[in-house]
Amino acid sequence: MASLRSTSRLFAASRPFFRPATFARSYATVETGAPAEPPAKMKSFKIYRWNPDTPSEKPTMQTYDLDLNKTGPMMLDALIRIKNEQDPTLTFRRSCREGICGSCAMNIDGVNTLACLCRIPTDTKTESRIYPLPHTYVVKDLVPDMTLFYKQYKSIKPYLQRDTPSPDGLENRQSPEERKKLDGLYECILCACCSTSCPSYWWNSEEYLGPAILLQSYRWLADSRDERTAERKAALDNSMSVYRCHTILNCTRTCPKGLNPGLAIAETKKMLAK
Amino acid sequence: MFSQKVAQQSLRRLAVQQPLSMQWSMMRASPAAMALGKTVQSRPVTTSPNNEDPTSLLAKQRLNRPVSPHLAIYKPQIGWIGSSLHRITGVAMSGPLYLWATAYLFSPTLGWHLESASMVAAMGALPVAAKVAIKATLALPFTYHCMNGLRHLTWDLGRGLTNNAIIKSGWTVVGLSVSTALALAFI
Repeated sequence: MASLRSTSRLFAASRPFFRPATFARSYATVETGAPAEPPAKMKSFKIYRWNPDTPSEKPTMQTYDLDLNKTGPMMLDALIRIKNEQDPTLTFRRSCREGICGSCAMNIDGVNTLACLCRIPTDTKTESRIYPLPHTYVVKDLVPDMTLFYKQYKSIKPYLQRDTPSPDGLENRQSPEERKKLDGLYECILCACCSTSCPSYWWNSEEYLGPAILLQSYRWLADSRDERTAERKAALDNSMSVYRCHTILNCTRTCPKGLNPGLAIAETKKMLAK
Repeated sequence: MFSQKVAQQSLRRLAVQQPLSMQWSMMRASPAAMALGKTVQSRPVTTSPNNEDPTSLLAKQRLNRPVSPHLAIYKPQIGWIGSSLHRITGVAMSGPLYLWATAYLFSPTLGWHLESASMVAAMGALPVAAKVAIKATLALPFTYHCMNGLRHLTWDLGRGLTNNAIIKSGWTVVGLSVSTALALAFI
Protein backbone atom coordinates (compact mmCIF):
# COMPACT_ATOMS: atom_id res chain seq x y z
CA MET A 1 0.00 0.00 0.00
CA ALA A 2 2.88 2.30 0.74
CA SER A 3 3.93 2.20 -2.89
CA LEU A 4 0.48 3.30 -4.02
CA ARG A 5 0.70 6.40 -1.91
CA SER A 6 4.15 7.30 -3.19
CA THR A 7 4.67 10.48 -5.16
CA SER A 8 6.02 8.81 -8.27
CA ARG A 9 5.83 10.81 -11.49
CA LEU A 10 3.80 8.11 -13.18
CA PHE A 11 0.94 8.32 -10.70
CA ALA A 12 1.06 12.07 -10.48
CA ALA A 13 0.72 12.31 -14.22
CA SER A 14 -2.19 9.93 -14.42
CA ARG A 15 -4.11 11.41 -11.54
CA PRO A 16 -6.42 13.69 -13.62
CA PHE A 17 -7.74 10.55 -15.34
CA PHE A 18 -9.12 9.22 -12.07
CA ARG A 19 -9.95 12.45 -10.37
CA PRO A 20 -11.08 15.35 -12.55
CA ALA A 21 -9.76 18.75 -11.58
CA THR A 22 -13.22 19.98 -10.65
CA PHE A 23 -13.33 17.51 -7.74
CA ALA A 24 -9.90 18.47 -6.51
CA ARG A 25 -9.99 19.07 -2.80
CA SER A 26 -9.12 22.51 -1.64
CA TYR A 27 -6.51 22.53 1.03
CA ALA A 28 -6.97 24.00 4.48
CA THR A 29 -5.54 27.45 4.70
CA VAL A 30 -2.79 28.17 7.15
CA GLU A 31 -3.92 30.81 9.58
CA THR A 32 -1.63 33.72 10.00
CA GLY A 33 -0.83 34.56 13.59
CA ALA A 34 -1.50 32.10 16.40
CA PRO A 35 -4.94 32.40 18.03
CA ALA A 36 -4.86 34.12 21.40
CA GLU A 37 -4.40 31.46 24.06
CA PRO A 38 -6.74 31.70 27.05
CA PRO A 39 -4.94 32.50 30.29
CA ALA A 40 -3.46 29.42 31.96
CA LYS A 41 -5.57 27.85 34.70
CA MET A 42 -2.86 26.37 36.86
CA LYS A 43 -3.95 23.93 39.51
CA SER A 44 -1.80 22.12 42.04
CA PHE A 45 -2.09 18.42 42.65
CA LYS A 46 -0.53 17.03 45.79
CA ILE A 47 0.10 13.35 45.34
CA TYR A 48 1.19 10.70 47.83
CA ARG A 49 4.54 9.20 46.91
CA TRP A 50 6.33 6.19 48.31
CA ASN A 51 8.96 4.15 46.56
CA PRO A 52 9.50 0.49 47.50
CA ASP A 53 13.09 0.71 46.27
CA THR A 54 13.87 3.00 49.18
CA PRO A 55 11.59 1.54 51.86
CA SER A 56 13.25 3.36 54.74
CA GLU A 57 12.23 6.73 53.31
CA LYS A 58 8.92 7.96 54.61
CA PRO A 59 6.02 8.59 52.22
CA THR A 60 5.90 12.17 50.99
CA MET A 61 3.45 14.47 49.24
CA GLN A 62 4.71 15.73 45.90
CA THR A 63 3.16 18.74 44.20
CA TYR A 64 2.55 18.93 40.46
CA ASP A 65 1.10 21.90 38.62
CA LEU A 66 -1.05 21.50 35.53
CA ASP A 67 -2.80 23.94 33.21
CA LEU A 68 -6.42 22.84 33.32
CA ASN A 69 -7.01 24.28 29.83
CA LYS A 70 -4.70 21.63 28.44
CA THR A 71 -5.91 18.80 30.64
CA GLY A 72 -8.93 16.55 30.25
CA PRO A 73 -11.82 17.01 32.65
CA MET A 74 -11.19 14.02 34.91
CA MET A 75 -8.69 13.34 37.65
CA LEU A 76 -7.38 10.39 35.68
CA ASP A 77 -6.59 12.72 32.77
CA ALA A 78 -4.55 14.86 35.14
CA LEU A 79 -2.68 11.83 36.53
CA ILE A 80 -1.92 10.48 33.06
CA ARG A 81 -0.74 13.89 31.94
CA ILE A 82 1.55 14.21 34.95
CA LYS A 83 2.96 10.76 34.24
CA ASN A 84 3.45 11.48 30.54
CA GLU A 85 4.83 14.97 30.76
CA GLN A 86 6.24 15.63 34.19
CA ASP A 87 7.15 12.52 36.14
CA PRO A 88 7.17 9.05 34.58
CA THR A 89 7.91 7.50 37.99
CA LEU A 90 4.42 8.36 39.28
CA THR A 91 2.67 5.02 39.68
CA PHE A 92 -1.04 4.27 39.66
CA ARG A 93 -3.42 1.65 38.34
CA ARG A 94 -5.80 2.48 35.53
CA SER A 95 -7.41 0.66 32.66
CA CYS A 96 -10.83 1.39 31.23
CA ARG A 97 -11.10 5.14 31.93
CA GLU A 98 -14.90 4.81 32.10
CA GLY A 99 -15.64 3.49 35.56
CA ILE A 100 -16.16 -0.15 34.78
CA CYS A 101 -12.86 -1.76 35.74
CA GLY A 102 -12.35 -0.21 39.17
CA SER A 103 -8.58 -0.01 38.80
CA CYS A 104 -8.15 3.69 39.48
CA ALA A 105 -9.83 3.69 42.90
CA MET A 106 -8.07 6.18 45.16
CA ASN A 107 -8.71 8.83 47.77
CA ILE A 108 -9.23 12.16 46.02
CA ASP A 109 -9.78 15.27 48.13
CA GLY A 110 -10.59 13.11 51.12
CA VAL A 111 -13.18 10.87 49.48
CA ASN A 112 -12.64 7.46 47.94
CA THR A 113 -13.65 7.40 44.31
CA LEU A 114 -12.58 6.34 40.85
CA ALA A 115 -10.17 8.83 39.32
CA CYS A 116 -11.80 8.33 35.93
CA LEU A 117 -15.25 9.30 37.25
CA CYS A 118 -14.06 12.21 39.38
CA ARG A 119 -14.07 15.65 37.80
CA ILE A 120 -11.16 17.94 38.57
CA PRO A 121 -12.57 20.73 40.75
CA THR A 122 -12.28 23.86 38.60
CA ASP A 123 -11.40 25.98 41.62
CA THR A 124 -7.72 26.64 40.95
CA LYS A 125 -7.05 28.31 44.30
CA THR A 126 -7.33 25.11 46.28
CA GLU A 127 -5.02 22.21 45.62
CA SER A 128 -6.28 18.68 45.07
CA ARG A 129 -4.85 15.99 47.31
CA ILE A 130 -4.60 12.43 46.05
CA TYR A 131 -3.86 9.49 48.33
CA PRO A 132 -4.03 5.75 47.83
CA LEU A 133 -7.10 3.97 49.26
CA PRO A 134 -7.05 4.62 53.03
CA HIS A 135 -5.54 2.15 55.48
CA THR A 136 -4.14 -0.20 52.86
CA TYR A 137 -0.61 -1.46 52.48
CA VAL A 138 1.02 0.63 49.78
CA VAL A 139 2.82 -1.22 47.01
CA LYS A 140 4.00 1.98 45.36
CA ASP A 141 2.66 5.55 45.22
CA LEU A 142 -1.10 5.19 44.59
CA VAL A 143 -1.10 1.40 44.22
CA PRO A 144 -2.55 -0.44 47.21
CA ASP A 145 -2.09 -4.12 48.02
CA MET A 146 -5.46 -5.77 47.33
CA THR A 147 -4.46 -9.34 48.20
CA LEU A 148 -6.54 -9.53 51.36
CA PHE A 149 -9.54 -7.95 49.66
CA TYR A 150 -9.54 -10.57 46.91
CA LYS A 151 -9.00 -13.37 49.41
CA GLN A 152 -12.03 -12.18 51.33
CA TYR A 153 -14.04 -12.09 48.11
CA LYS A 154 -13.03 -15.67 47.41
CA SER A 155 -14.07 -16.68 50.92
CA ILE A 156 -17.76 -15.88 50.31
CA LYS A 157 -17.90 -18.27 47.34
CA PRO A 158 -19.09 -15.72 44.79
CA TYR A 159 -20.72 -18.12 42.40
CA LEU A 160 -24.02 -19.91 41.94
CA GLN A 161 -24.28 -22.99 44.14
CA ARG A 162 -27.00 -25.48 43.27
CA ASP A 163 -27.58 -29.11 44.11
CA THR A 164 -30.58 -29.75 41.89
CA PRO A 165 -30.39 -29.50 38.13
CA SER A 166 -32.66 -26.98 36.45
CA PRO A 167 -36.12 -28.33 35.52
CA ASP A 168 -35.61 -28.08 31.76
CA GLY A 169 -31.93 -28.94 31.89
CA LEU A 170 -31.09 -25.72 30.10
CA GLU A 171 -31.31 -22.68 32.30
CA ASN A 172 -31.88 -21.80 35.92
CA ARG A 173 -34.85 -19.52 35.45
CA GLN A 174 -36.16 -16.77 37.71
CA SER A 175 -39.08 -14.40 37.54
CA PRO A 176 -38.64 -10.73 36.65
CA GLU A 177 -39.42 -9.89 40.31
CA GLU A 178 -36.69 -12.22 41.53
CA ARG A 179 -34.28 -10.78 39.01
CA LYS A 180 -35.13 -7.28 40.15
CA LYS A 181 -33.74 -8.07 43.61
CA LEU A 182 -30.28 -8.29 42.07
CA ASP A 183 -30.41 -4.76 40.67
CA GLY A 184 -28.07 -2.52 42.59
CA LEU A 185 -26.02 -5.56 43.61
CA TYR A 186 -24.67 -7.08 40.42
CA GLU A 187 -23.30 -3.71 39.22
CA CYS A 188 -20.55 -3.74 41.86
CA ILE A 189 -17.13 -3.68 40.22
CA LEU A 190 -15.14 -4.47 43.37
CA CYS A 191 -13.08 -1.29 43.28
CA ALA A 192 -12.81 -1.40 47.09
CA CYS A 193 -13.72 2.28 47.50
CA CYS A 194 -16.41 1.43 50.06
CA SER A 195 -14.41 -1.12 52.04
CA THR A 196 -11.46 1.20 52.42
CA SER A 197 -13.71 4.09 53.44
CA CYS A 198 -15.11 2.08 56.35
CA PRO A 199 -13.49 2.81 59.75
CA SER A 200 -14.59 -0.61 60.97
CA TYR A 201 -12.74 -2.17 58.07
CA TRP A 202 -9.68 -0.02 58.83
CA TRP A 203 -9.42 -1.42 62.34
CA ASN A 204 -10.58 -5.00 61.64
CA SER A 205 -9.72 -5.74 58.03
CA GLU A 206 -8.31 -9.15 58.89
CA GLU A 207 -11.64 -10.49 60.10
CA TYR A 208 -14.43 -8.12 59.11
CA LEU A 209 -15.42 -8.70 55.49
CA GLY A 210 -16.11 -5.04 54.70
CA PRO A 211 -18.96 -3.48 52.70
CA ALA A 212 -17.88 -4.50 49.19
CA ILE A 213 -17.60 -8.18 50.05
CA LEU A 214 -20.80 -8.08 52.10
CA LEU A 215 -22.68 -6.52 49.19
CA GLN A 216 -21.38 -9.32 46.98
CA SER A 217 -22.31 -11.85 49.63
CA TYR A 218 -25.84 -10.43 49.77
CA ARG A 219 -25.99 -10.62 45.98
CA TRP A 220 -25.83 -14.41 46.36
CA LEU A 221 -28.10 -14.51 49.41
CA ALA A 222 -30.74 -12.59 47.45
CA ASP A 223 -30.43 -14.74 44.34
CA SER A 224 -33.47 -17.00 43.99
CA ARG A 225 -31.44 -19.56 42.02
CA ASP A 226 -28.84 -20.15 44.72
CA GLU A 227 -29.60 -23.14 46.95
CA ARG A 228 -26.95 -22.74 49.63
CA THR A 229 -28.53 -19.77 51.42
CA ALA A 230 -28.48 -21.53 54.79
CA GLU A 231 -24.82 -22.40 54.41
CA ARG A 232 -23.97 -18.86 53.36
CA LYS A 233 -25.86 -17.45 56.33
CA ALA A 234 -24.11 -19.81 58.73
CA ALA A 235 -20.73 -18.65 57.44
CA LEU A 236 -21.64 -15.04 58.24
CA ASP A 237 -23.22 -15.70 61.62
CA ASN A 238 -20.37 -14.69 63.91
CA SER A 239 -19.27 -11.54 65.68
CA MET A 240 -16.74 -10.46 63.05
CA SER A 241 -17.89 -11.18 59.49
CA VAL A 242 -20.96 -8.93 59.39
CA TYR A 243 -21.50 -7.55 62.85
CA ARG A 244 -18.39 -5.34 62.82
CA CYS A 245 -20.59 -3.13 60.68
CA HIS A 246 -21.68 -0.28 62.94
CA THR A 247 -23.78 1.46 60.27
CA ILE A 248 -21.29 4.28 59.81
CA LEU A 249 -22.44 4.29 56.17
CA ASN A 250 -19.30 5.77 54.63
CA CYS A 251 -19.71 2.95 52.11
CA THR A 252 -23.02 4.20 50.73
CA ARG A 253 -21.76 7.78 50.74
CA THR A 254 -18.61 7.02 48.77
CA CYS A 255 -19.64 4.36 46.22
CA PRO A 256 -18.61 5.73 42.80
CA LYS A 257 -21.20 3.51 41.12
CA GLY A 258 -24.05 4.84 43.27
CA LEU A 259 -24.75 1.47 44.89
CA ASN A 260 -25.83 0.98 48.48
CA PRO A 261 -23.63 -1.46 50.42
CA GLY A 262 -25.10 -0.13 53.68
CA LEU A 263 -28.57 -1.27 52.65
CA ALA A 264 -27.25 -4.67 51.52
CA ILE A 265 -25.62 -5.18 54.92
CA ALA A 266 -28.82 -4.10 56.70
CA GLU A 267 -30.76 -6.66 54.64
CA THR A 268 -28.16 -9.31 55.45
CA LYS A 269 -28.51 -8.57 59.15
CA LYS A 270 -32.30 -8.87 58.81
CA MET A 271 -31.90 -12.23 57.05
CA LEU A 272 -29.58 -13.46 59.80
CA ALA A 273 -31.99 -12.34 62.52
CA LYS A 274 -34.87 -14.35 61.06
CA MET B 1 9.48 -0.24 -2.59
CA PHE B 2 8.92 -3.65 -1.09
CA SER B 3 12.61 -4.53 -0.86
CA GLN B 4 13.29 -1.21 0.80
CA LYS B 5 10.66 -1.92 3.40
CA VAL B 6 12.02 -5.35 4.14
CA ALA B 7 15.51 -4.00 4.60
CA GLN B 8 14.22 -1.32 6.89
CA GLN B 9 12.29 -3.82 8.96
CA SER B 10 15.20 -6.17 9.40
CA LEU B 11 17.42 -3.28 10.43
CA ARG B 12 14.83 -2.27 12.98
CA ARG B 13 14.66 -5.79 14.27
CA LEU B 14 18.40 -5.83 14.75
CA ALA B 15 18.33 -2.51 16.51
CA VAL B 16 15.55 -3.55 18.84
CA GLN B 17 17.50 -6.50 20.20
CA GLN B 18 19.14 -5.70 23.50
CA PRO B 19 22.92 -6.16 23.35
CA LEU B 20 22.83 -8.98 25.85
CA SER B 21 20.06 -10.98 24.27
CA MET B 22 21.58 -10.30 20.85
CA GLN B 23 24.75 -11.99 21.97
CA TRP B 24 22.69 -14.86 23.31
CA SER B 25 20.68 -15.45 20.18
CA MET B 26 23.73 -15.09 17.94
CA MET B 27 25.11 -18.24 19.43
CA ARG B 28 22.34 -20.17 17.80
CA ALA B 29 21.18 -18.16 14.81
CA SER B 30 22.97 -16.18 12.15
CA PRO B 31 22.40 -12.41 12.00
CA ALA B 32 20.73 -12.94 8.65
CA ALA B 33 18.18 -15.31 10.12
CA MET B 34 17.60 -12.90 12.91
CA ALA B 35 17.18 -9.99 10.52
CA LEU B 36 14.55 -11.92 8.64
CA GLY B 37 12.70 -12.57 11.86
CA LYS B 38 13.32 -16.29 11.66
CA THR B 39 14.39 -16.55 15.28
CA VAL B 40 12.31 -16.45 18.36
CA GLN B 41 13.55 -13.86 20.77
CA SER B 42 15.13 -15.61 23.71
CA ARG B 43 15.79 -14.13 27.09
CA PRO B 44 18.70 -15.22 29.20
CA VAL B 45 16.75 -14.62 32.40
CA THR B 46 14.58 -17.53 33.45
CA THR B 47 11.71 -17.39 35.88
CA SER B 48 11.62 -19.98 38.60
CA PRO B 49 8.43 -21.25 40.18
CA ASN B 50 7.77 -19.52 43.47
CA ASN B 51 7.17 -22.27 45.99
CA GLU B 52 7.06 -19.96 48.97
CA ASP B 53 3.95 -19.88 51.10
CA PRO B 54 1.95 -16.89 49.74
CA THR B 55 0.77 -15.78 53.18
CA SER B 56 4.28 -15.68 54.59
CA LEU B 57 5.38 -13.81 51.47
CA LEU B 58 2.60 -11.32 52.03
CA ALA B 59 3.59 -10.90 55.66
CA LYS B 60 7.18 -10.27 54.61
CA GLN B 61 6.12 -7.66 52.05
CA ARG B 62 3.94 -5.95 54.60
CA LEU B 63 6.87 -5.40 56.90
CA ASN B 64 8.28 -2.99 54.34
CA ARG B 65 5.08 -1.41 53.11
CA PRO B 66 3.64 1.67 54.77
CA VAL B 67 -0.05 1.83 55.65
CA SER B 68 -1.73 4.58 53.67
CA PRO B 69 -3.16 7.50 55.69
CA HIS B 70 -6.78 7.09 56.77
CA LEU B 71 -8.57 8.93 59.58
CA ALA B 72 -6.50 12.09 59.24
CA ILE B 73 -7.10 12.52 55.50
CA TYR B 74 -10.70 11.34 55.12
CA LYS B 75 -13.10 14.18 54.45
CA PRO B 76 -15.16 15.08 57.54
CA GLN B 77 -18.73 14.04 56.74
CA ILE B 78 -21.81 13.97 58.94
CA GLY B 79 -22.04 10.19 58.57
CA TRP B 80 -18.81 9.05 60.14
CA ILE B 81 -18.26 12.07 62.39
CA GLY B 82 -21.76 11.54 63.79
CA SER B 83 -21.07 7.85 64.23
CA SER B 84 -17.83 8.49 66.12
CA LEU B 85 -19.68 11.02 68.31
CA HIS B 86 -22.25 8.31 69.04
CA ARG B 87 -19.46 6.05 70.26
CA ILE B 88 -17.72 8.81 72.20
CA THR B 89 -20.90 10.00 73.93
CA GLY B 90 -21.73 6.40 74.83
CA VAL B 91 -18.35 5.89 76.45
CA ALA B 92 -18.47 9.32 78.08
CA MET B 93 -21.78 8.47 79.72
CA SER B 94 -21.27 4.86 80.70
CA GLY B 95 -17.72 5.39 82.09
CA PRO B 96 -18.72 8.04 84.65
CA LEU B 97 -21.89 6.07 85.43
CA TYR B 98 -19.86 3.02 86.45
CA LEU B 99 -17.40 5.20 88.38
CA TRP B 100 -20.24 6.96 90.15
CA ALA B 101 -22.06 3.75 90.95
CA THR B 102 -18.96 2.09 92.46
CA ALA B 103 -18.13 5.24 94.41
CA TYR B 104 -21.73 5.34 95.67
CA LEU B 105 -21.44 1.68 96.70
CA PHE B 106 -18.31 2.28 98.74
CA SER B 107 -19.19 5.76 100.00
CA PRO B 108 -20.45 4.60 103.46
CA THR B 109 -17.19 2.75 104.21
CA LEU B 110 -15.07 5.60 102.82
CA GLY B 111 -17.14 8.24 104.58
CA TRP B 112 -18.03 10.14 101.37
CA HIS B 113 -21.33 11.95 101.15
CA LEU B 114 -22.73 11.04 97.74
CA GLU B 115 -26.39 10.66 98.73
CA SER B 116 -29.01 12.70 96.88
CA ALA B 117 -29.62 15.23 99.65
CA SER B 118 -25.99 16.33 99.85
CA MET B 119 -25.67 16.40 96.04
CA VAL B 120 -28.75 18.63 95.77
CA ALA B 121 -27.31 20.92 98.41
CA ALA B 122 -23.95 21.07 96.61
CA MET B 123 -25.63 21.83 93.28
CA GLY B 124 -27.83 24.50 94.86
CA ALA B 125 -24.82 26.31 96.27
CA LEU B 126 -23.31 26.79 92.78
CA PRO B 127 -23.79 30.00 90.73
CA VAL B 128 -26.36 29.84 87.91
CA ALA B 129 -23.80 29.79 85.09
CA ALA B 130 -22.03 26.78 86.60
CA LYS B 131 -25.37 25.00 87.05
CA VAL B 132 -26.30 25.53 83.41
CA ALA B 133 -22.83 24.50 82.20
CA ILE B 134 -22.80 21.29 84.24
CA LYS B 135 -26.32 20.36 83.22
CA ALA B 136 -25.59 21.08 79.54
CA THR B 137 -22.42 18.95 79.50
CA LEU B 138 -24.36 16.08 81.06
CA ALA B 139 -27.45 16.54 78.89
CA LEU B 140 -25.84 16.87 75.46
CA PRO B 141 -24.22 13.40 75.35
CA PHE B 142 -27.48 11.94 76.63
CA THR B 143 -29.78 13.62 74.10
CA TYR B 144 -27.41 13.02 71.20
CA HIS B 145 -26.87 9.36 72.02
CA CYS B 146 -30.60 8.80 72.51
CA MET B 147 -31.70 10.38 69.26
CA ASN B 148 -28.90 8.89 67.22
CA GLY B 149 -29.85 5.56 68.77
CA LEU B 150 -33.32 5.96 67.30
CA ARG B 151 -31.68 6.67 63.95
CA HIS B 152 -29.72 3.46 64.25
CA LEU B 153 -32.88 1.50 65.10
CA THR B 154 -34.58 2.74 61.92
CA TRP B 155 -31.54 1.71 59.92
CA ASP B 156 -31.68 -1.74 61.48
CA LEU B 157 -35.18 -2.01 60.02
CA GLY B 158 -33.62 -1.32 56.64
CA ARG B 159 -35.18 2.12 56.34
CA GLY B 160 -33.72 5.57 55.72
CA LEU B 161 -30.64 4.10 54.09
CA THR B 162 -30.30 6.45 51.15
CA ASN B 163 -27.56 9.06 50.93
CA ASN B 164 -30.08 11.87 51.17
CA ALA B 165 -31.88 10.41 54.17
CA ILE B 166 -28.60 9.67 55.97
CA ILE B 167 -27.35 13.24 55.64
CA LYS B 168 -30.72 14.78 56.53
CA SER B 169 -31.34 12.58 59.56
CA GLY B 170 -27.77 13.19 60.73
CA TRP B 171 -28.16 16.95 60.82
CA THR B 172 -31.68 16.64 62.27
CA VAL B 173 -30.27 14.63 65.17
CA VAL B 174 -27.54 17.23 65.73
CA GLY B 175 -30.05 20.09 65.72
CA LEU B 176 -32.62 18.35 67.94
CA SER B 177 -30.09 17.07 70.45
CA VAL B 178 -28.41 20.46 70.90
CA SER B 179 -31.73 22.25 71.32
CA THR B 180 -33.15 19.69 73.76
CA ALA B 181 -29.88 19.67 75.72
CA LEU B 182 -30.08 23.45 76.06
CA ALA B 183 -33.72 23.22 77.09
CA LEU B 184 -32.81 20.63 79.73
CA ALA B 185 -29.92 22.78 80.93
CA PHE B 186 -32.18 25.78 81.54
CA ILE B 187 -34.89 23.84 83.42
